[in-house]
This record gives sequence, structure tokens and C-alpha cells, in this order.
Amino acid sequence: MVQREVTIKNRAGLHTRPAASLVKLAARYKADFLIDKDGFEINGKSIIGVMTLAAEQGAKLVLRFSGEDEQAACNAVVDLFESGFDEQ
Amino acid sequence: MKAMTSESVQKEKEIILKGIPASPGIAIGPVFLFQKQAPVVEERSILNEDVDREVARLEQAVARSHRELGKILEFAQKKLGDDKVKIFEAQLMILEDSVLFGAIYSRIRKELKNAEYVVQDEIGKYHRLMAASKDEYTRERAHDVEDARNRMLRNLQEQKLISRLEGSSVIVSSYLTAADAMILSRNEVLAYATDIGGITSHTALLSRALKIPAVVGLRNVSHVAHDADRVILDGYSGTVILNPSEENVKRYETKRDRYHEFEARLAGLRELPAETLDGRRVELSVNVEFEQELEFIKIQGSDGIGLYRSEYLLVGKEVFPSEEEQYQQYRLLAETMYPKRVIIRTFDIGGDKVMLDPVKENNPFLGWRGIRVMLDKPELFIEQLRAILRASTRKNVAMMFPMISSIKEVRRAKKLLEEAKRQLRKENVSFDSRIKIGVMVEVPSAAVTAEDLAEEVSFLSIGTNDLIQYLLAVDRGNDIVSDLYQEFHPAVIRFLRRIIERGKQKDVWVGMCGEMAGDPLATLLLLGLGLDEFSVVPNVLPEIKKIIRSVKYADARKIANKALTMQTEDEVKDYLKAVMKKKFPDIPID
Repeated sequence: MVQREVTIKNRAGLHTRPAASLVKLAARYKADFLIDKDGFEINGKSIIGVMTLAAEQGAKLVLRFSGEDEQAACNAVVDLFESGFDEQ
Repeated sequence: MKAMTSESVQKEKEIILKGIPASPGIAIGPVFLFQKQAPVVEERSILNEDVDREVARLEQAVARSHRELGKILEFAQKKLGDDKVKIFEAQLMILEDSVLFGAIYSRIRKELKNAEYVVQDEIGKYHRLMAASKDEYTRERAHDVEDARNRMLRNLQEQKLISRLEGSSVIVSSYLTAADAMILSRNEVLAYATDIGGITSHTALLSRALKIPAVVGLRNVSHVAHDADRVILDGYSGTVILNPSEENVKRYETKRDRYHEFEARLAGLRELPAETLDGRRVELSVNVEFEQELEFIKIQGSDGIGLYRSEYLLVGKEVFPSEEEQYQQYRLLAETMYPKRVIIRTFDIGGDKVMLDPVKENNPFLGWRGIRVMLDKPELFIEQLRAILRASTRKNVAMMFPMISSIKEVRRAKKLLEEAKRQLRKENVSFDSRIKIGVMVEVPSAAVTAEDLAEEVSFLSIGTNDLIQYLLAVDRGNDIVSDLYQEFHPAVIRFLRRIIERGKQKDVWVGMCGEMAGDPLATLLLLGLGLDEFSVVPNVLPEIKKIIRSVKYADARKIANKALTMQTEDEVKDYLKAVMKKKFPDIPID
């Protein structure tokens, strides 16, 4: 299992568009992907789960990956967060 | 027997409602009450051998829902273009959420319950969490989740979708999902009016895209309106009038004509930025009080509200408005303008404006007014600060302090702001912790020490109305000397340059909310002096924007530099008039 903490950079937080990008990216990997926000955990491959997070700008999330390609999945997803989901 | 006369015929009572103006325009017509039946769901146990059939039933319902949404999306794309289609993405993605459906199918098999019940229950968990969220955006998305769920339930029960209406009507509903609004728009919809929903709700977004007037957040319109009631909907101010009097009908028909005329002037300019030919972008915002209705169209062409005069909340009141009353107003303002910025000026009272206590002053203009009053009444000030902070959750609110004459006042005000923040944190109330603060530069001492003030705040807003009076020692209200009040007095122009330069040195933006900002004769001068923001009376917005977009910043600077060398206001005015006559012959300059 690999775990990383990320902070949301986008001004509007994890709204529909970045949530969709996140879920689509995670779906490419076999590893299970969980997102933890202040103890509340959801499946990161589920769009409805991610929408429920209501993660705003500045929110800290803990990402957990477990499975055969967990490291690759982690790197890709963390990159997506760090890039602010390619929003200005 | 009593004869029937026209007076004895009962007239329906006129009802006036106020909501959030979501899409501009004025509509007058009959109500169509759109009431969706929430699908009734029964919990049933199923037998082991029926599981496969139940799963197949759900799969079919999902496929039907998918097709439905696909059609709506196609229609939306044709009518609105690619980027608006994103509104429906959330629902489509939910239908394709394999984790969600994995869980639903698994529950059907394990718990041996009917598909309707499991869908209702499983999605209900997410819906409840989202609807209870403190985040406004998430609460709005809860409607998408609910719509997706209802769509699946409706398709499981094989019920048809209502979408065809007779004639043209104003659609009144408790809430309209994007899909509803889209489908209904296939008919002749005059306007949309809903009980709930904010400015970013789908109803609002779609109405604007479809150019159909809309008002949301009316709270109870769907309860008080009846089918076929006559209604006036004013999408500029957020007013809805059921069973209007003939007088009101005439008023609104006139208003409608006036707005068409304004729209013609604004046409083409509305969505364009206030940017010069050589790429200098300035902010063009509006000055507002709630005495004027929040006229949507006039704000639509702007970058936001550069000055909201909060003291208008005090007009006609005996007592100071409570924190809650203030909060509701500021919130309405922030909601209506989102995502554009609103700058709320804290109470600027005393002097020639609203008096708090009947204090006798010999010279109120140089007396107890502006920030001085609020700093002397910290309990009242903190209430206002709390109300503004609470209204800032969308992060589009800034505040500024009036009549600052010393950095000490700024520091004291900031301390009180910190106290307000501390209180709210303790009460677990959310607000924008990074809310921006600015000061009005209207007292000459503030202008002279602008560089110091700039270290304490994020922006400066020049209040020329008072600044010029203080600087030239002229009372505008005094007929004998009022024509000595001169915007183009060399002292004023040099003062403005100083303020703007000092602001720039300290990296704060400098705007202007005084009348001078809205004077077309002054635009090129102000632009050339480096002003970053013009906050104007809504009516002049089209002209100012036109001027800014028609010139190069480089040329405006030349004009400003030339004006700075002149020694009398007459020289300056003659010069500017000549420039304007040449470049903009059809903008009236007096």
C-alpha cells in the first residue's frame, strides 16, 4: 500500500470537471484507490464518491493505493493534483 | 335581490415575491405549474431465482436513462454549444459509475430486495451527505444526484417524461434540474421561476444560455401560484408579481422597452473585457445600493461591484439592522454576483448622510463620520464585519473602510476584523479567511500617505467626490462656490497620479469609485494615469467600456502626461474635449 497527502490547488476545489479527470485517470490502474478527507473515506474510482467529498481549495486529502501498479497509480494521480488539474 | 355590479367581482390578490435574479429579461404571461412527482418506492423482498431478472430490469432502466440523457445532451449541444453540455456531465458520469452500480447489484443479490429500493437507498446515502454539506457547490450537485436517481426510478417504473406544454408560459416550479429546463425549453417558455436554487444552479446557467428570463430562490412561489395565474417576472431585479395590477403591468411593459434600448447600446460589448487596443486590461465595475434594484443587465457588462454602499441598509430604519439582517443582504449580493467580485464598504454614516444619533455638529463634514463612527462603536462594527465575513463563503467578497485618515484607523479596524474572525472560528462558522481588505482614499492625509496604507491593505479605492471637496476646500452643496468643485483641477490630477503611483510601488491595485470614474471626459486621463479599476454608475458602463476598448494605453499615457503639465482646469478640460471630439464624436460631452 502506498499513501500520499495532497492539497487541492484549484480555486473552485474538486468540482465536477477535475473530479471527472481524477476518476477517469484512476480507472486506468488496477490498484484500489481510496481518498480520505478528515477521516471520511471514499472510493476514488467512484464519481459519486468523489462528489460527496466536497473538497474545497486548500483541503488536505490522503490518497491510498493498493495493488500491483500502486506506485504508478500514485505517481500519476499525485501529478494530477499538483498540476491543479490543468486549470488556470 | 342585489344586482351584480363590476365592483362585486372578486379580483385575485396581487402577490409580490423577491428572489435571486438569475437571467435577465422581463416576461409577462400565464403560469404553468411544473410539479414533478417523486417516484414512490416500495421495499419488496425478492426470491433467489428472481435476482437475475431484477438485475436485468435495472440494467434496462439504466440504459433507458442513458439514452434519455443522450437525447437531452444532443438537444443542448444544438441549442447551446459544446461547453454548456458540461452541465449534464455529472448525471451521465453517475450512470457510468461502476463502483456505485457494483455496490447496487451486489446488494440486490445479497439482500434479496427489489431494484427500486436498493437504488433509492444506496444513492440516498450519497445524496444525504451532499445535501447537508456546508459547501454551496456540493449542495447544488446533490440535485444532480437526485435527478439521476429519480430518472432511474422513473425508468424502472416505466413512467413517461412530461415535456409538452400548450402555448407560451412562465414555468413555476419548486426546483428545475438542468434536464427539466432543457426539455421544457422545447416549448414556448417565457421565463422560469423556482423556489430554491442559487445563481450557479443549473436553472440559472441554462436560462442565461437559452436567453430566457429567470428568477430562482423565491422560496414559496410554487405554493402560492396557481396554473394560468397572470404573472410578471423581472429577471433583472428578481421580482415576481402574481396577479399584477394593470398599473404594474404598464410599469413593466415600459421597463421592458427601456431595457431593450439599453441592451442595444451594450450589445456586443457586454461579454468583452475592458481592455485597451494594446492589451492593458482594467476592471470596470459598478457602484450599487439596494435602493436601486440590482439591475442585472447593467451589471452583466461589468467585472463586479466596485462599491456597495452598506449604509443604505440604514435608510428609513429606527434601529441598526441586526447581524442576521445584514448577512442576508450581503449574501444575496454575493450570490447574485458570483463569480464576480463584490466590494462591500463598511457603514459610512454621519455628516450629510444617515445619522446614527441626533448629534449636533457645527461641521459634520469634518466631524464624526465614516470609519470614525464605527471605531467608536466597536460592538456594531464587529456585527457588520461578522455579517460580511459570513457572506464571503463563495470567496467573491472584499471589504473596504471609508474615510480613512490615518494608518492607525486601518490597524484598529483590522484588529476588530481579527476579533470577528476569531469569534466565527470558535462558533465553527465558515468564511473566507483570505478576504481582501481595501480603504477609500478620500481624505487628503490618506492620499499623501498612500504608500503606508498600501502596506496594510490589498487595494485602494479613490473616492473623488469627497477627496476633491477636502482638497480644494469646496462644499459641493454650497451654491455660491459649487462651481469651484473641479475634477480637472491640476491639484486633483497630480494627487491622483501620486496615489496611483504609490499604490503601484507597493503592489496594490488602485481603483476609483467616485463620480469622476464615470465621466467619459475623464476616462482617457484616468486610464493614462494608470488607474486599475473604474467603478461607475451602471448607466454609463457601455460608454466607458467603449472608450477604453478604442484606445491604446500608450496614447492614454501621453494624454495624461500632457494634462499633468497644465496649470488650470480650463486648459485641461479644453484639451480633453478636443481629444474626445476627435476620437469619439458621438459620445456626448458637456
